[in-house]
Amino acid sequence: MLCKNIAVNPSCQGFSDSGVQEVFPLCTETISVITNDGRNIVGILKGFDQATNIILDESHERVYSTKEGVQQLVLGLYIIRGDNISIVGELDEELDSSLDLSNLRAHPLKPVIH
Amino acid sequence: MLFFSYFKDLVGREVTVELKNDLAIRGTLHSVDQYLNIKLENTRVVDQDKYPHMLSVRNCFIRGSVVRYVQLPPDGVDVELLHDATRREARGG
Repeated sequence: MLCKNIAVNPSCQGFSDSGVQEVFPLCTETISVITNDGRNIVGILKGFDQATNIILDESHERVYSTKEGVQQLVLGLYIIRGDNISIVGELDEELDSSLDLSNLRAHPLKPVIH
Repeated sequence: MLFFSYFKDLVGREVTVELKNDLAIRGTLHSVDQYLNIKLENTRVVDQDKYPHMLSVRNCFIRGSVVRYVQLPPDGVDVELLHDATRREARGG
C-alpha cells in the first residue's frame, strides 16, 4: 500500500489534498534531514507522502563530534519514517561545498523530547 | 483550525521557531499547513557556533510535531481579536 501511495520521481508529488505538498520543497533537490534522535542525513529527495515519510537516494549521514571533524557515512537508498523527522532543509550546494567539514567540530544535536 | 488561520496571517513575517531539541531557527514564514508544519525561508540558526549542523540550509521545512515555541514579531498578534475568536470556538460557534 505504501509503495502505491508514496510519490516517486519523476512526477514526485505528495497527495493533492494534503497540506504537506504545499509546504514541501521540490523533489530531485539535495536535502538535509534532521531526525528526532539528532542525526543528520543528506541525500537526494526521491519521494514523500502526507505523513512526511521520505525516500532519499545516494544518502549519507554526517556525524558531528567535538573530538574530530565531521564524518560522512555512506547509507545509499533510504526511507525515513515521518514520525522520526524533525527538519527537512533544502541544501544550498554552493554554500555546502564552501564548508570545510573535516575541520568542523560540534556537539551532536540533542534528541527531540516530546 | 483557529491557529492554522492565525499562522496563515503571519506568512511573510520574520519568526523564530524553537524546536524540542533546543535548536532555534529564525526565518521568514513561507507557509503553514493543517498539521502546523512550517516552512521557513532565509533561515539561520540562532546559535550558529553551537549548532553548525544547518550552515548550508537556507530554506527548510519543520515538522509541526517538533515545534516547542514560535516567537512572533511584537505586533504579530492582535490579542483582543484572538481572545474573541478562541471564545467563539470554545462555544462551538
